[in-house]
Parts: sequence; structure tokens; C-alpha cells
Amino acid sequence: MLFRVPLYLALCLIVGASQAADNTRGEELYRQHCAACHGYDGNGGVGVPLTLPDFQYSVTNNYLKTTIRHGRPGRVMPAFPSMSNADIKALIQYIRQWAPGKPYRYPITPVGGDAKHGEQLYQQHCAACHGPNGEGGKGTGLTFSRPRDLPIIAPALNNPGFLKAASDQFIKATLMNGREGTPMVSFLQQGLTEQDINDLVVFVRSFEQNPLPKEQKPLEVKEATIVFESSYDMKTTIANLKDAIIGNNFILIREQTLDDGLVPAGKENPKQQIIYFCNFGFLNQALAIDPRVGLFLPCRVTVVEKDGKVLVYAINPSRLSPLFNNTELNKLCHEMNTSYISIIEDATL
Amino acid sequence: MKPNTFYRAVILSWLLLTGLPAAAEDLLMARSPMTFPEAMLKLQNTLKKYNHTLSRVQRVDIGLTAKGYKTDKYRIVFYGQVEEIQQLADEYPQLIPYLPHKIAIFAEEEDTMLVAVNPEMLFETDDPKLQAIMKKWHQDLQRIFKDMRVE
Repeated sequence: MLFRVPLYLALCLIVGASQAADNTRGEELYRQHCAACHGYDGNGGVGVPLTLPDFQYSVTNNYLKTTIRHGRPGRVMPAFPSMSNADIKALIQYIRQWAPGKPYRYPITPVGGDAKHGEQLYQQHCAACHGPNGEGGKGTGLTFSRPRDLPIIAPALNNPGFLKAASDQFIKATLMNGREGTPMVSFLQQGLTEQDINDLVVFVRSFEQNPLPKEQKPLEVKEATIVFESSYDMKTTIANLKDAIIGNNFILIREQTLDDGLVPAGKENPKQQIIYFCNFGFLNQALAIDPRVGLFLPCRVTVVEKDGKVLVYAINPSRLSPLFNNTELNKLCHEMNTSYISIIEDATL
Repeated sequence: MKPNTFYRAVILSWLLLTGLPAAAEDLLMARSPMTFPEAMLKLQNTLKKYNHTLSRVQRVDIGLTAKGYKTDKYRIVFYGQVEEIQQLADEYPQLIPYLPHKIAIFAEEEDTMLVAVNPEMLFETDDPKLQAIMKKWHQDLQRIFKDMRVE
């Protein structure tokens, strides 16, 4: 008995301390993993806003948990497969501080309906924002660094992460009620019947049966670097590269040594030269898709003379693309890769 | 359950609940609560604090606006430690296109975003020496970004 009283007190303290620790841990995790995209105050950025009252009402803790765990493959939101359940719980507790009230509870019953009719309605009412194949709107969640047409991106409904997180009843409720503060309207108010909405839900769910098109899958490339040996000496290779850069519709920015700015002037290694170049139209297009692509920038090739050989190095944009978890970059990265190879081949072969 | 066993279980549960590391991310990102000019200054000081030299700042926004495109402040900061950069370029030429190290920094309304590639995810290798280099590079970035998250 004497042992039980302190044990009870200890347990109370542990539970209280555990909740406080959850809050602190949740904030710490949010700042580390979420705030960069969703903002410190949850108002969004590269990621969607988390503070919209309608969002907080309509998403369940399970939806949030599944979204954190699985992310949205190819749609910027990363997955956190090895984050502990306790950490996810703490994170959700922190995100729920913005909830104006308790979230809805949905029945778990699946929705039945006519997928064919749902598809017709989808093409008529949903495809303009969510894409004809459910691939979602263009660009990141929000961005304040660049002008854009919509306040918030339309989610990709064919995304495996979304389909895993969203129950039939959740999709149905979103279609019935809309989402205030976003372009998503209530389709009941738009004149659809409940049965029409059921048909739409069944059609959206049918995306699970169709494999994602190739362009929506992350690129699988191992090599991070493109390297070519030049048939020419260093001076000729650099001159050839400059011609090839201009010939491929890029503008030369500058030429410098690899250690420029790191060693005192006059002490640079002339056998490691970087040539920077850019196509501003292409750059603007890439930044509109994902403002984080500065990591590719500016375009550059590095010419190195070592052991009697002249080698030309460049990043492999197709290897960088999957790191952004944004398959919209695939096409641009492929184009950039082709440009790099074309420039280097023109200069070295 | 004996008291010692019970307390051990509580401590173990506590450690499991609070101490597990999160997954490694492909991209390292940080949001600074400072405006762009303040964040830019702090980044320069933070790089210095961790013994890095800033080699150049590429003003992407200037180039874009000069060509008629709209953008907020957007810069690429190149930095490194000279001996390390020279050693990496000599021993691991496949890293050359990624040297000096770089961080993209851009304005997002009143905040500032910083982005860098996680080198451990970019260069998957079985070479223990290269793994150690990537780990150090990653840890350096984590330290820099941790500092940048606070005013």
C-alpha cells in the first residue's frame, strides 16, 4: 500500500508531463519538418495552409497521420515512414491547436455508386481544377515569392498518398460541403444530387485501380554527375563550351575557378574552371513549378585538367529531380539533362 | 511487476516516445522568421560561425527582373572550407559539380526560406570514407539551418 500511493502520484506526474512533453515535442517537430513549407503559423507557403477552419473540421486525425506517414508521392509533401507513432501524435496535437472545434467523425461505410456516371460528372465539374486524370493543379501548395492564378493548388486525386488517407465518406463530405477559403465549392449547391456525388466518389476511388502515368512517377536515376572526357586541351574545351552554350540558347554568365572567393586572389587553381550560364525563360518556368529549384542554379559546367586529361563535369538534373518529390519537374529536368549533354558533347567530341 | 522493473519500463517507454529520430529528408529546408535582408545577413554570420567562407552570392532575382520576369528576392549562396573543397575535388571528382556547397535562399512574404540538398541522399555510396564526408556535410547543413530557424 505504501508503495501504491507514490506510484499513483508518479503516474499522474508522468501523464501530465507526457502531455506537456508532447506539446513541446510537437512544436519542435513542426518547426523542423513542417514550418518551412506550411509556415510557422500554419498559413501555408510551398505547402497548403493548415489553419483553414474548414480544413481542420473536415480532416480526421487518421487522415493527418496517414498523410504524414505516406506523404503525397511526386507532389512535394514528403513521407515520414520512420517517424514514430508518438512523434506523429505529438505533431498532430500541435497542428490541432489551430482547430476551431472538434473535427467531423465520418461513418466508415464505403460509398456505392456508378463509376461511369461519376466519370462523366468528373470531366464536367472537377477536371478543370483537378486535371482530366486526377493529376491535380500545377505548382506547389502556395507560394508568396511568385505571382500565381489560384490561391491554393487543387490536390491530385489520383495520388496514392491521398487515396490512402482519404476515406470515401471524407471525399463525399468535401464534395457535399465544399471547402471554405479555397476554390472548392459545394456540389450540392451547384445542383448535383447526393447520388451524383456518390457516383463521383466511386469514380475518384477507381483511380486506385489505375497505375499512375509515367510522367507522374519519380525518375529513377542513380548517377548524380555527368562526366565527359574532352578530345581537346583545356583552353580549346572552354572556348568550345562557350560556343556550345550560346548555340543551345543559353546566356553566358561568368567564368571562374572552383576555388574563386575561397582562396586569396592570385592563388586560385586555374586547372579547375567553372562556366556559369542561364536561360532565363526556362529558369522562370522552373521556379513557377517549384520555387525550391534554385539548387539547380545557375547552370554550370566545370572543366578540370588532371593527369594529362581534360574532363567536363555537370550535375545530373534527372538525379536531383526525385529529391524534390515533385514529378512536375520531371519534364524540365529531362530537358535540362538533354541540354547539358548536348552542350558538353558539342564541346568535347 | 517489481518497482525497479516498473520504473525501467517507464523510462524505456519515455525514451521510445520522445527520443526516436525522424526520417532523413531528401531536401533540407528551413523557414527563417526574419525578413530577407536580415536572414541573408544572419546566414553569412552563421556560415562564418561554422568556419565556412562565403565564396559568392548569385543574385537570381536580379537576372530574372532584368529580363522582365516577376520574382521576389532570390539568391544562391556558395560557401565552403577551402581545404575541404580542394580535398573533395581531388579525391572525389564526381562531387565537383556540387562544389562549393550551396544554399538557395528566397523571400516568402515576411519570412525567408532556405533550401539545400541532403548530400547523404544525393550520393548513395558504399565507401565508408565518402559516407563519413557526406554525413559531416549533412550535419553542417543541419546546424546552419537550426540556427536559421530562430531570430
